[in-house]
Amino acid sequence: MGDAIAVRGGHGDAHAHHHPDLQHHFDTLEQQHEAATLGMWLFLITEVLFFGGLFLAYMLYRVWYPVAWAEASRELDIVLGAFNTAVLIGSSLTMALAVRAAQTGKQRATVVWILLTMALGFVFLVVKYFEYKEKFEHHHVPGPNFVFAGPEAGPAQIYFSLYFLMTGLHATHMIIGFFIMAVIAWMAHKKRFTPEWYTPVEITGLYWHFVDIVWIFLFPLLYLVDRAGHFA
Amino acid sequence: MASRVDNLYFFIVAVTAFFAVVVSVLVIVFAAKYHTKDPLAVGQPIHGSMPLELAWSIIPFLISIVIFAWAADVFFDLQRPPDQTIEIYSTAKRWMWKFQHLDGQNEINELHVPVGRAVKVTFTSEDVLHSMFFPSFRVKADAIPGRYSTVWFTATKIGEFHLFCAEYCGTSHSGMIGKVVVMEPAAYQTWLAGGAGAGSLSQRGEQLFNDLACNTCHRTDDTGRGPSLVNKFGAPVELANGTSVAVNEAYVRESILTPQAKLVAGFQPLMPTFQGLLSEESVIALVEYVKSLRTTGGGGPRTASEPSATAPATPQNK
Amino acid sequence: MASTPLTYLNHEHSVASWLLTKDHKRIGVMYLLVVTLAFFVGGLFATLIRLELATPAGDLLSNDDYNKMFTMHGVVMVFFVLIPAVPAILGNFVLPLMLGAKDVAFPKINLLSWYVFVIGFLFTVYAMVTGGVDTGWTFYTPYSSRASNSNVMMTGIGVFITGFSSILTGLNFMVTIHRMRAPGLTWFRLPLFVWAVYATSLVQILGTPVIAITVLALAIERGLHFGIFDAALGGDPVLFQHMFWFYSHPAVYIMILPPMGAISEVIACFSRKSIFGYSFVAFSSLAIAIFGFLVWAHHMFVSGISVYSALVFSFLTYAVAIPSAVKTFNWTATMYKGAIWLKAPMIWAISFLALFLVGGLTGLITAALGVDVHIHDTYFVVAHFHFIMVGGAVMGFFAGLHFWWPKITGRMYSEIWAKVAAIVVLAGFILTFGPQFILGYLGMPRRYHVYPDEFQVLNVLSSAGASILAVGYLIVGIYLIASLFKGEDAGANPWHATGLEWTTQSPPLPHNFEVQPIVTREAYEYGTQEVTVG
Repeated sequence: MGDAIAVRGGHGDAHAHHHPDLQHHFDTLEQQHEAATLGMWLFLITEVLFFGGLFLAYMLYRVWYPVAWAEASRELDIVLGAFNTAVLIGSSLTMALAVRAAQTGKQRATVVWILLTMALGFVFLVVKYFEYKEKFEHHHVPGPNFVFAGPEAGPAQIYFSLYFLMTGLHATHMIIGFFIMAVIAWMAHKKRFTPEWYTPVEITGLYWHFVDIVWIFLFPLLYLVDRAGHFA
Repeated sequence: MASRVDNLYFFIVAVTAFFAVVVSVLVIVFAAKYHTKDPLAVGQPIHGSMPLELAWSIIPFLISIVIFAWAADVFFDLQRPPDQTIEIYSTAKRWMWKFQHLDGQNEINELHVPVGRAVKVTFTSEDVLHSMFFPSFRVKADAIPGRYSTVWFTATKIGEFHLFCAEYCGTSHSGMIGKVVVMEPAAYQTWLAGGAGAGSLSQRGEQLFNDLACNTCHRTDDTGRGPSLVNKFGAPVELANGTSVAVNEAYVRESILTPQAKLVAGFQPLMPTFQGLLSEESVIALVEYVKSLRTTGGGGPRTASEPSATAPATPQNK
Repeated sequence: MASTPLTYLNHEHSVASWLLTKDHKRIGVMYLLVVTLAFFVGGLFATLIRLELATPAGDLLSNDDYNKMFTMHGVVMVFFVLIPAVPAILGNFVLPLMLGAKDVAFPKINLLSWYVFVIGFLFTVYAMVTGGVDTGWTFYTPYSSRASNSNVMMTGIGVFITGFSSILTGLNFMVTIHRMRAPGLTWFRLPLFVWAVYATSLVQILGTPVIAITVLALAIERGLHFGIFDAALGGDPVLFQHMFWFYSHPAVYIMILPPMGAISEVIACFSRKSIFGYSFVAFSSLAIAIFGFLVWAHHMFVSGISVYSALVFSFLTYAVAIPSAVKTFNWTATMYKGAIWLKAPMIWAISFLALFLVGGLTGLITAALGVDVHIHDTYFVVAHFHFIMVGGAVMGFFAGLHFWWPKITGRMYSEIWAKVAAIVVLAGFILTFGPQFILGYLGMPRRYHVYPDEFQVLNVLSSAGASILAVGYLIVGIYLIASLFKGEDAGANPWHATGLEWTTQSPPLPHNFEVQPIVTREAYEYGTQEVTVG
């Protein structure tokens, strides 16, 4: 099936031209970069399907229990939610600037922007902590201690189950993102990235933007159900 | 119906067996006829044939459509009981089947029915998923907590036939079995007369209706805090949110257990919930009582000895 | 004796060189070891099941123990044998070679996949030895979330973790196929095994995350008493079934597509002919992967879905059967006017054809709404899926294993014993599962520990068949292991096959090829090229 012609040669003579960041099973940096970004996009697609199951359950129950959804959603703090949305969008901005800095060879700026991204993410999680705490104090955590006034208590418990599952899963992804960003920041600090090779920063950026986009869906779906009071 | 299922089944078996035999024979014939021991021999360089590809895509697809359509036709009739059926209620719980006849007889793991008459079983589960399976009648439906399911059948032979639970439900899943006892009509009447005891199902429902004070809000006219329930079963009712819903077993059950879910237009959300206060059998008794509240065609409790229509007669007065 | 040439097996010997390897070939071998172990564990549970079912009474195991047996048999076989077998073993080993690449796109992630797989397996085994799980491998709520007293959460966590192994492997393979093909290796010159693995990767990437979130939600519902499947709160237990089957139906295509790919390779080689209708077979793989996502509720026809939903799903189920039929016809046509060389891989492949035919065709019976009301949750369905998963997927895996064994190990196995084993397995299999079709139509439900006496004869036949089947599998294990010690040297291309993997030595070099291959020919060009001998 194949004619084997010595085109790029075997292992021997290539070392002299080997970019230090080129892994041995790839032929060119470009191929390696394309593989890495394709891999990250495919991974993000799996994440869409992962969250998707919860979005499906949410959709079904919201259609079945619109009143419960409205009442339960009003128990969330819309100010904190909006603040967090702004914080996370801001962190996507700082992340994009980090990628830009790496792309243009600005090592120190890369470190600074990543650290800022982490800081904003940290603010988000602190706010989330206070929100969860308040839910706990109001007995809105599903389970044996759940209390909700009125006849919608059953479906409201389902709402809060989905609330904690969806925001909890999202927060978990953020925490994982922290660890990744810490590693990337360290690598940037050690001046590992060059304009020819900054792929880890780029794919971290993709991941972080995804985390942001999930929140942009979660905020209206969880916090903004019937704020105008149509379902009384 | 069972013979219709069998006919369909054997047709599909015949068609699939035909293809299985044809392809297997071809494979064996080719393996024998073109067999070689020379490792360097090669086959004919035939790459494909568009006409063949089209043929063996389209023909199987058309055959599939025929099978699908015939099967769908049988399925519709399996899922849709005829208008006149004997109605039985049942609840599944780990690990037994409880049957309630309209006349008030209760059976556990046994169901007495007359031969030659259509029987409809409406059932739910008290705990986990179960599945009511009568292999001799070729019918099955899952019992789901929170919902009613139905199966219907017409027994054509006297005798005893299996009842199996067909959805895994834990330790004694394979012990959750019973039998359908199919009797001559006369013997069935005798059996019915023999064991009523505490009154018919709808009488039990009426008792509950009064004991639980439902009658203080649900009067026989609309002057109470809740709507009248007379002549309501089987017709649509308008809801407060503008939509309308059919008053069937599921709606009556839902109104008892989650009354605010589908509020009737013109009434306040005042009804308390009876979730956790009533067993499924009690709910069934109440459902049957509401069904019996007809002012035409001889109102009052329906009995097992007459076939009941699934939709009540048209109301003549208000 | 001349000095032993360098191979991926002998260039490093330490344990660390295996456990820290990034070589796709070593990773494939490590998967083979774990999957074989899992197959034994699952087979042990199956043995106990068939022993118990030889008599109508429950005299061997208690109710609860029997329920754990069929559950754990299913969990182990589905998640730790069928899903990974061909992709993670044969795919890992052969795919980069077939593409003319040095490795997969992400070798470290490949190793991570293996560790994730092992960790998931350990969690599941731990759940089994500390009490077991008895929900059925389908974990239906409310039994699994509210009623079962067994290790549901631990098993769920094991399955959850293992899912990531499948996702990462699919991701790795997809990027490899897109980005690492040798120069000249265009899409339509790819061996059909690659198309099959590509289609499988699609399913792994899109489907597996859904089972992950489903199992996670179940574990949380059970552990923390959340309530999304709880009818008492207004939740829907049937929602679980939708979420579960949305993955688990496409999962069966993860199980069957790669073996189908292996069958394409074997039939082409041992008919010495190009696969008839190459592009139809290639596109059929993709069609199966895509349509496979549209049929999940055919597992739920009597679960409370509406009549109209049932119609749609039944229709789509017939549609998804067509590409499989197309492939089967194309394989058969490949043999027409071929030069049929009846070596062991071909015997396994022909057995596959016979059994997959029956399995697939009985799918047309279960897809028929009017009939499925009767046969759902009976032994008819058990027979149907075993014909496809064992008769199809496992036979296909064995065909591929027998085909590529010389490449992987550099050794030939006993040809006679391999053919004997194929016949024994075929006979044992038919005797085990053939009677179950009849049992099912007669009304014997599945997952039954005890059963009415009238079903005993067929059950005894089935259990007898199972013992023959077990013997057949043992024979396979024995001669394959024996070949490692006594088998003759295979040489680069003992089957005179086309394909880049056969142009390099057996076992291959650590880095696969001395020089980068360049492809100028179509796949399967038997008769128009000189194929190197030995």
